[in-house]
Amino acid sequence: MLPVALARMTRVVGSVIHSSKEYVCVMQLHAPVDEDRLRSVIEEFVGEIYQKPPVRSSVKRALRTKRINRIELLEYTGKYALLHVDCEAGTYMRKLCWDIGLVLGVGAHMRELRRTRTGPFHEDKNLVRMQDVAFALIRLRDEGKDDLLRRTVLPGEFSVCHIPKVVLRDSAVESVVHGAVLNMPGIAMVQDTVKKGETVAMLTLKGELVGLGVAEASAEEMLEVSKGPAVRPKRIIMEPGLYPRMWKKKSSESPGRSGQTS
Amino acid sequence: MSEPTEAGRKFLDEVNEFCGYKARWLVKYDEPTDPRYGWVPWERPTDKYIEYGVINLDKPPGPTSHEVVAWIKRMFGLKRAGHGGTLEPARP
Repeated sequence: MLPVALARMTRVVGSVIHSSKEYVCVMQLHAPVDEDRLRSVIEEFVGEIYQKPPVRSSVKRALRTKRINRIELLEYTGKYALLHVDCEAGTYMRKLCWDIGLVLGVGAHMRELRRTRTGPFHEDKNLVRMQDVAFALIRLRDEGKDDLLRRTVLPGEFSVCHIPKVVLRDSAVESVVHGAVLNMPGIAMVQDTVKKGETVAMLTLKGELVGLGVAEASAEEMLEVSKGPAVRPKRIIMEPGLYPRMWKKKSSESPGRSGQTS
Repeated sequence: MSEPTEAGRKFLDEVNEFCGYKARWLVKYDEPTDPRYGWVPWERPTDKYIEYGVINLDKPPGPTSHEVVAWIKRMFGLKRAGHGGTLEPARP
């Protein structure tokens, strides 16, 4: 499975790949080991681990730490172990299998791999095939009907599911789209998971993604405080011109100066 | 509540449910949204719907992620598309 972001949504995929992933993989052991022993060694790999990226990898081969949230042994035949792994993005499954083999003392390598989740995207939810995309586009072009397309493509807002959210009042949207800081009076609602200094998704009251930013205050402060900065924008997704400009235009002798929030 | 306000709240709930995200909404200003501006994402006109879309693609095993994204781009006639797949994150 591979989440593909179209056009404007391309700019949010970074925050999706920076989050956790799940895999199902087949590990082949080079000699059989006792199942209880395999289970206890697997447990040792849960938590913060050191991992050096494999020879064939797309990053610098330096030792680094990665977080493994969960490893479940789904099946074990004595030769093959079927594992379900939930881990931080950038963890190599090939290397994990190799290292489990080292600790077991018999050696092991990865035989097969399938990713089952990338950030908020699960393989069992709204998964579409290339041919579904092709049919949807043919129907749109030849018959002018977008019904299949609307079932094939999802609103990009779903890709920020796992990020704490701040909802803006209509009056604050356009200034944030132009890059201004979101100030306290521009907030309509906030999720209680918002933490100061962490990434938040900014959305409109209609649910449209305005962009991503860094919270300058906690959820409670955003609710109680009536002035000052609330979110500093990092990536703006929404195009300008959808919501009204609420800031005052400077007089005609100094045109083009803008960016004040309410 | 006006129609888009209600639909907007429903959509925001759908976004949270998509990946089972649990959080409580703290409401600061309980005000409606003006139907003249923007759209509830499901109701965007076709071209905007594509522009703000994502596809949860069942990638065929042969081609690379980059090749698949290039095909999708060409099929839609888009300048930009990106994937959240095998790209290695640059550590912040």
